[in-house]
Amino acid sequence: MGLRKVAVVGAGMTKFVRRAQETAKELTYHAAHQALQSCELVMDDIDGVCLGTAPDSFDGVHMKGEYLSDGAGAWGKPYIRSYVGGGTGVFAPIQGWYHVASGLFDVVLVVAEEKMSSYYPHAQAAFLTIFDHTTERPLKPNLLWIFALEMNRYMHTYGISKEDIARVSVLHKRNAVDHPAALLGNPDITVEDVLNSEVLAWPVQRYDVSPVSDGAVALVLAAEHVAKRLTDKPVWIEGVGWNLDTAYWTNRDLAYPRYVEYAARMAYDMANIKEPRKEIHIVEPYDPFDYKALHHLEGLQLAERGEAAQLYIDGVAERNGDMPVCPSGGLLGVGNPIAAAGLMKVAELFWQLRGEAGARQVPGQPRRGLAQAWGDLMQVGTVVVMGR
Amino acid sequence: MSEKNTHLPGTPLSEKDFQDGNILFNHDRLRGDFAWDTGIAIGSYLAGMKDGVILGGRCDTCRKTVVPPRTVCEWCFRPMSGYVPLRDTGTVNTYSLGYVTWDVKRIEEPEIPAVIEIDGASPLHGIMHLLAEVDPEDVHIGMRVQAVWKSPEERQGAVTDILYFKPIEEEENDSSRA
Repeated sequence: MGLRKVAVVGAGMTKFVRRAQETAKELTYHAAHQALQSCELVMDDIDGVCLGTAPDSFDGVHMKGEYLSDGAGAWGKPYIRSYVGGGTGVFAPIQGWYHVASGLFDVVLVVAEEKMSSYYPHAQAAFLTIFDHTTERPLKPNLLWIFALEMNRYMHTYGISKEDIARVSVLHKRNAVDHPAALLGNPDITVEDVLNSEVLAWPVQRYDVSPVSDGAVALVLAAEHVAKRLTDKPVWIEGVGWNLDTAYWTNRDLAYPRYVEYAARMAYDMANIKEPRKEIHIVEPYDPFDYKALHHLEGLQLAERGEAAQLYIDGVAERNGDMPVCPSGGLLGVGNPIAAAGLMKVAELFWQLRGEAGARQVPGQPRRGLAQAWGDLMQVGTVVVMGR
Repeated sequence: MSEKNTHLPGTPLSEKDFQDGNILFNHDRLRGDFAWDTGIAIGSYLAGMKDGVILGGRCDTCRKTVVPPRTVCEWCFRPMSGYVPLRDTGTVNTYSLGYVTWDVKRIEEPEIPAVIEIDGASPLHGIMHLLAEVDPEDVHIGMRVQAVWKSPEERQGAVTDILYFKPIEEEENDSSRA
């Protein structure tokens, strides 16, 4: 395709917290600054800035791209904000990738930020406006509904139990104990705890859901000739993919995310991956709800349809298993500041593939990882494959 | 987080910090009033509701019947061929028992949102609506249901002209079992 190789050379993040004292701009700056420091660059070295942030309604500020521009270091630079709902955090680095792969820029800063706590007292009500104003909003829908409806359909279609789905929440929250930025790490949580937690919208219970959070994450991307000067451990972006299903979400199969499959196949083709189950060593599927991790593993072709839970039952998904899933702790454990949470997954692959993940390090010197996010009104899939 | 990094920015606050006035904050309420015209296809759909009919859209090229109707077919990107009246019965594709309202209030008696595949539309094509006149324990996927309409005088041309769907006695047909 005539594309240049692109590497991730630096990454930084803030703590993920329920409410941060820092403003959205300040969180953005902290993550961006830390990413630059990690690869010993300064803002003058950056050719362009890509910002990812989700609905404006959380902040009560329109044009959030401009609002966050000073914290993102955008002053005097080509700057663009992307937004594909929950998929934004993995889309922002894709946008950064094509800025560099195309030859337009050599070094790009990618920043993702979310401050959900500004919507007071709870961000949930802001989600009402993602539904169609004429055909759905009069029914007073709740964001939990669409997840509950999809989860129920998924469980029913393949005969999956609540117990098996709860294993996802347990593993991710236990993994998060080793993440210093995590909001909900819990070493003692059990399947029973998940099953006994408050029922929010059956079959969704409290511990099936990731928390509302504030936080920011940033990456530095560089073209090959720059990356090799900056570091002897570049992590290459080997494949990217994104895809959208119909926005008429009640007119399609809710049990299988075909758009995730299409996004994954696009990324696998680019990365020349023929057998993803053998060639992907770490996977960070999007897990705002526990069943979503399973749903996405199937869409990513890393499990047969309806069989992703077996990866958790057999221990394959554990940090020392054959294909660790969410060694970071995922959204369920680290937290879910929407766009920042997706980019956190890409940053986790960067740290894991460089062997810098500390207590979270996956053994066996993994060579290749995949991060995926999902969003809009349940129909966008975004995928990045990285390798060293 | 890299093990090389020891400094982790971000200062957590609690709800108590707001209540006790430990921090300064600025509280404001956004006011937004909107008047959405319903457009061509949804306008027809809502006019159908006023007459007690659920309208679908038909694409003769793709041989698909979708609901709600629209002006363009997403599959072939041609104009839809026309509107077709569907039945006001259907099958529960999936449902939830909601104990939290859209503005995060806890409720004892659950709301029962569902995706209902409408009879006459293509397989897996449905709408989101509510179920009622049913014990939450008895709701299940594959359940046959029928719309309960407001009286003709009360209808306004809105999706809420259907109050809810209720179960009917009919043989069940579960689309999820291939």
